[in-house]
This record gives sequence, C-alpha cells and structure tokens, in this order.
Amino acid sequence: MDFSWIIPYRDLLLHGAVLTCVLLAISVTLGFGIAILLAVAQVGRSRFLRIAAKSYCTFFRGTPLLIQLWLIYYGLGSYLPHIPGLRGSFLWPVMREGVFFAAVALTLNFAAYQGEILRGTLLAVPKGELEAAKAAGMRPGMVLRRIWLPRAIRIGLPTFAGEVILQLKATPIVFSVTVMDLYGAAYKIRQDTLLVYEPLILVATFYVTLTFFITQVFKRFENALPTSR
Amino acid sequence: MNSSTSILQYLSISPPGWGGVLLTGAVATLLISFGAYFVGMILGLFGAIGKLGGIRPVGFVLNVYTTVVRAVPELVLIVALYYAGTDGLNRVLSWAGVGPIEVNGLVAAIAVLGFVQGAYMTEVLRGAILSIPVGQLEAAKAFGMRPTLRFRRIVLPSLIPNALPGFANLWLSVIKDSALIAVVGYQELALAARVAASNTKQYMLFFLAAAALYLAITIVSNLLFSALEAHFRRGHRPIH
Repeated sequence: MDFSWIIPYRDLLLHGAVLTCVLLAISVTLGFGIAILLAVAQVGRSRFLRIAAKSYCTFFRGTPLLIQLWLIYYGLGSYLPHIPGLRGSFLWPVMREGVFFAAVALTLNFAAYQGEILRGTLLAVPKGELEAAKAAGMRPGMVLRRIWLPRAIRIGLPTFAGEVILQLKATPIVFSVTVMDLYGAAYKIRQDTLLVYEPLILVATFYVTLTFFITQVFKRFENALPTSR
Repeated sequence: MNSSTSILQYLSISPPGWGGVLLTGAVATLLISFGAYFVGMILGLFGAIGKLGGIRPVGFVLNVYTTVVRAVPELVLIVALYYAGTDGLNRVLSWAGVGPIEVNGLVAAIAVLGFVQGAYMTEVLRGAILSIPVGQLEAAKAFGMRPTLRFRRIVLPSLIPNALPGFANLWLSVIKDSALIAVVGYQELALAARVAASNTKQYMLFFLAAAALYLAITIVSNLLFSALEAHFRRGHRPIH
C-alpha cells in the first residue's frame, strides 16, 4: 500500500470532495422542491397533471441514472448551442460545463424517487386532520400549505436520510461526463500513478464517513422533531 | 432533425442500422442481471442464515460485508472488485503454476454485481426470516423436524411472501446497476447505446431508445412481480 500520492494530489482530492458534497446538496435541495410538486400533482384532481407526474416518476425510476445522465449531457447538450440567444447569454459559461448537466440529471433523478415517497406520505396523513382543517375554514391551498404537506414531509422524514445516502452513492457516476468529483479525482490519480486500489480505498473511506455523518445528522434532526402520528 | 424514415434506418436491426447492437446489448443486460441476481440470492441466503445462526465471528464477518457493500457507492465497488477480482484470480493462478487468464467480461460482471446484490439480499432475507412467527418454528421443532427439513418446509415457504417486495426492489436495482458495468468496458445496453450514438452522432435517438428498452424491462418486471406476490399471498389477510 502506497499512499504517498496524497500530498501532491491533495488539492485535486479536496476539490473533488467539495464538488461531491455540492452536487449532493444541490440535487437534494432542488430535487426535494420538484418532488413536492410531483407528489401534489399525483394526488391532485387534475387528470393531466396526475398522468404527467406519474409518467415522469416511472421514466426516471425505471431507467438507469447513467442513461439519464448521458441523455441529458450528450443528447440535450448537443441541442443547446442551437437555441438562439443562449450562446451569448450570461448562462452559457455554466451551461457548457459537464457539472451543470450532472447537477440537472442528479436533481431530476432524486425528484422522481422522493416524489414517489411524498406521494405515499401525502396519502398517509390521517383524513381527520384534513377534515378538521377544512372545518376550521381553511381553503384547499392553505390546508395543503399548513397541514397536509408539513404532516406528509414529517411522516416521510425517517426515509429521507436513506434517500440522501442513496443519492450520495449515485454521485460518482458524474465522472463519466468529465466532472472531477471525488471519484473523478481518484480516477485521474489511478491513470497518473497506475495505482489501482489505494485511490479507490481512499474515496470509499470518504463516502463511508460521509454516510455515517449524514445518518448522525438526521438522527439528531429526527429526535428534535416529534415524528409519531 | 431527421425524417422518420432515417430514424427507422438508424434503428434497423441489420447493419448499417444499430438496432441489432442495441438488442444484443439488452440481452447482455438481462444476462448480467439474471446471473447477478441468482448469485446474490445464493450469497444472501447463506448470509441471512449465517447472521441468524448466532456464531459470533461469522456474524461479525457478515456484518462487515453487508455494511461496507451498502455504504460504498456501487460504481466504486464495481470498479474495485472488477480489478481486484481479475487481479486476485490471476495471482492465485500464477501461484498455482498456471499462466494468467483473460477473465470473461460477462462472468466478471456477474460475479461483481452478484457480490454487491448478496449484501442487500442478506438483509432482505434476514428481515423476511425474522418476520416468521416464532410459534410456527417452535411447532415444527416440536414435531421433530430437523433444521434442514424445517427450513425447506416451513421457513422457505413462509418467507417468500415477506421477501417478495424486497426481491422486486433488488431486481429493479440490479437492472439499473448493470448499466454501471459499461464503465469497466463490457458492452451491455448502456455502452451499446453509447457506441451507436457516438458513431452516428444521434445521441438523443439512441439514448432514448436505450431508455425505452430499460423501461420496457422494468415495467414487465413490475407486472411479473405483482403477479408473483398475488400468487404467494393467496390465503393471506390483505395488508390494507
């Protein structure tokens, strides 16, 4: 075992670790927002929205993330330059990078899984509470905002930690679209130094540590909130 | 973009169309998934029995196995095991005096994914075995059934309905994880689509076609698993 490469490559590794965390944070936060819309659409009255949200979830849950990533990076990416005006806009430098497509793919993928979970927890909120809210004179929008969603999110909280960890474990795939995340850094070190195991062991340790850290944070968070029905 | 005829040309089965390559890839994906699922189930069965057996060192080793495999990203595991596996095998072979061999990509993919599946399968089966009412096992014991007979006649039939939802999830995840094998260069559906796409520059078309094939596999699998569950749950009280 030879770990002497850590010192010369420390910046690459550190950048990679930060990028992994940033991708995780972005995709979980934005994905959760989209997931709420997807879940509400799936239990809502509009037939069109229901079918649209359901198809979205089926597509993103039924195909590998790798295919989604390549579809977005190579497929959509090849159309972007043809959209008039986009090339000159201030967004272009961001939208040219692999990391932008990686964040989009991870976000859309996370939204689909979390959307399915929230759909289930929306249906698990006791009917009586919604009826009570209605009886107290709340309009449908307010019931959703004040009672239905907060309760549903709270019921779904114990599974949320697991979803975040699954998402963390999904992030290394972004190296396949030239993103230098932590795994991408390990990949480059392997190519440079021809060491196979040591870089992989190092990044694996990082992922396990981060997983442990996430579970601890969520445990604290869950204990602070009354999650029982 | 293209007219519909050229899309059909691109997707036609025989060359210069790439449909055949995609379908061969889909077959490879199914083969890898079936193989890995089977290997995983065997590993999981032994893992679950080992974990519940109560022998301390065995339980410890199995705990390390399931914890590490489930905490490390699949991609890292697959790459590490792929190299470690072929490298280790060749070292053993050279130690035994046999020259190095080229490990078949399909076999390596099945072994690696099966090892990963085994960890998840262990937990699913352990949970399913634990959910069997103790009284039933005690009754079987009281009738004088030996452990193997008890396992075959009582444990196995009653764990299947409990384990089926977990099995279904794992089957869907092994199909999706098999796409990661593309990273180590074995041509299954994802890599086939990439090869076709980069040769024709029709990225959107071929990745959508691959996605459609994956979707078809998962949707058919879903239907099969709900039918299986309905079959094995016959006579059970409905859950809702």
